[in-house]
Amino acid sequence: MQETAAPPMIEVRDLTKYYGDFPAIEGISFTVNKGEVLGFLGPNAAGKTTTMRILTGFMPPTSGSASIAGYDVVDDSLDARRHIGYLPETVPLYTEMTVEDYLDFMGAIRGMSRRQRRLRVSEVIGICHLEEYQSSLIGKLSKGFRQRVGIAQAILHEPDVLILDEPTIGIDPIQVVETRNLIKSFGGEHTVILSTHILPEVSMVCERVIIIHEGRVVAIDRPGNLSERLRGTERIEMDIRGPVAQVMTALRNIRGVREVTRTGSGDVVSYNVESVHGADLREQIATLVAQKGWGLLRLQPVYMSLEDIFLRLTAKEADQP
Amino acid sequence: MKNTLTIAWKETKTYFASPMAYIIIAVYTALASYNFVSSISGVLPEATIRGFLLPSTLIFALLAPVITMRLLAEEQKLGTLELLMTAPVRDYEIVLGKFLAALASLVSTLVPTLYLVLLLTWFGSPDMGPILSGYLGLILFSMAAISVGLLASSLTGNQIVAAVVSIGILILLLIIGEAESYLGGVFGEIVRQLSITNHFEDFARGVIDTHDLVYYLTFTLFLLFLTVRSLESRRWR
Repeated sequence: MQETAAPPMIEVRDLTKYYGDFPAIEGISFTVNKGEVLGFLGPNAAGKTTTMRILTGFMPPTSGSASIAGYDVVDDSLDARRHIGYLPETVPLYTEMTVEDYLDFMGAIRGMSRRQRRLRVSEVIGICHLEEYQSSLIGKLSKGFRQRVGIAQAILHEPDVLILDEPTIGIDPIQVVETRNLIKSFGGEHTVILSTHILPEVSMVCERVIIIHEGRVVAIDRPGNLSERLRGTERIEMDIRGPVAQVMTALRNIRGVREVTRTGSGDVVSYNVESVHGADLREQIATLVAQKGWGLLRLQPVYMSLEDIFLRLTAKEADQP
Repeated sequence: MKNTLTIAWKETKTYFASPMAYIIIAVYTALASYNFVSSISGVLPEATIRGFLLPSTLIFALLAPVITMRLLAEEQKLGTLELLMTAPVRDYEIVLGKFLAALASLVSTLVPTLYLVLLLTWFGSPDMGPILSGYLGLILFSMAAISVGLLASSLTGNQIVAAVVSIGILILLLIIGEAESYLGGVFGEIVRQLSITNHFEDFARGVIDTHDLVYYLTFTLFLLFLTVRSLESRRWR
């Protein structure tokens, strides 16, 4: 037993899973504290679902360990599972049941009493905006509503840990926004892990991101810190009116500039200046352009989006033998 | 235990909400009634239900797999098994719940045949012993047939495969006893003991033999055990 003040809600240590000879995940370690929303980011087949299936007790790891709320997912599987609400990627639902009956059944097998179920089922139907469909057969619902039913069953028993595998996939944009807000609202009280390959989603919803690629963790950090850390170079974009060759030379001669590229031609040309990390050349460039009597029409620093980071990280990994 | 009953209740409700339940009951009642009428229409009719009990084993060997085929195969196909196996429910509770539901479903097809018994008591004076033991035998036979069906259903995501495999196994168990006559010796004895029909005939005659009870119960428990194992093995793949 750990005696720290607030033990992590989810603790994963050296998790490895082989399917035959194929390693789905290798040596994954991370912890998630209570109330945190963690994003699991990676391309398809990176090992996101495998990790989630191990956490939910659906299958055991080949080696390594994982615990939920202090319970080992293999040795105290039932206790660990009691603390989990899980939405698998395929949103498994009994199509021949009504929404209400399905939720009631899911509550019952998670040990909720009849009275708790009566209260909570209508509550989550409200939270997930399913009122109109509560007596409909699940098989007749559209994809978006099925997804909501899936989320409703995951939060039904107010679990400490919510594990959502691609919760916003296949639903329309308005519902995506609603779903994200819903997930965000779970943070604080519940601990949430959600997997996705939609990058902006992570910066919108998650406090921390794990990027995994080919079964290995390539980065864990806050979305903001990640862009900070990975910004080896600074980039500035600008539109300048002036003689192209002279502008290029002048820009190249500024201290700290590593590379200048240009796009477009004619009167106004766009330039892209890459400089060493930490150097902010915006003022220098503005002064230079003013001194030369050219026209500065735009000057803009470029921050790396999560997308760039993701591509850079996964590409780097892929380059290695 | 509570989880078992929750699952059993859900499956039973699902079964009776589908038209399949009533079609199965209607088909069985029609066949049983025909067999009953032809058995008491002879020159010296006996006031027994043996006439429909004995052919019922074959009918049940065909109907039980139809009821059990979806129970685990469909869960695998829909992916709901993942939700069930990640809920705080033990694997054997899942299997037992499905078993009880299937048993209730299959035994419910026997209910309309009670009117045949009523007819017998109305027009004759039947010996109630063989009637009760006959029903007991058929219930025990159902348990065995369902356990075969469940095991098959746990091994595949395809319902048709599950049904065909279990029908095959059940029919083999029904006719395997006939091999006794030409095998003889130890093998003949083994085949006779394995035969699901030999153990049923005593019940139809009104004899409740512990041998037969033990046979059906052991058979059922062993296959349910294998089903739990098969479910568990999905975790290790």
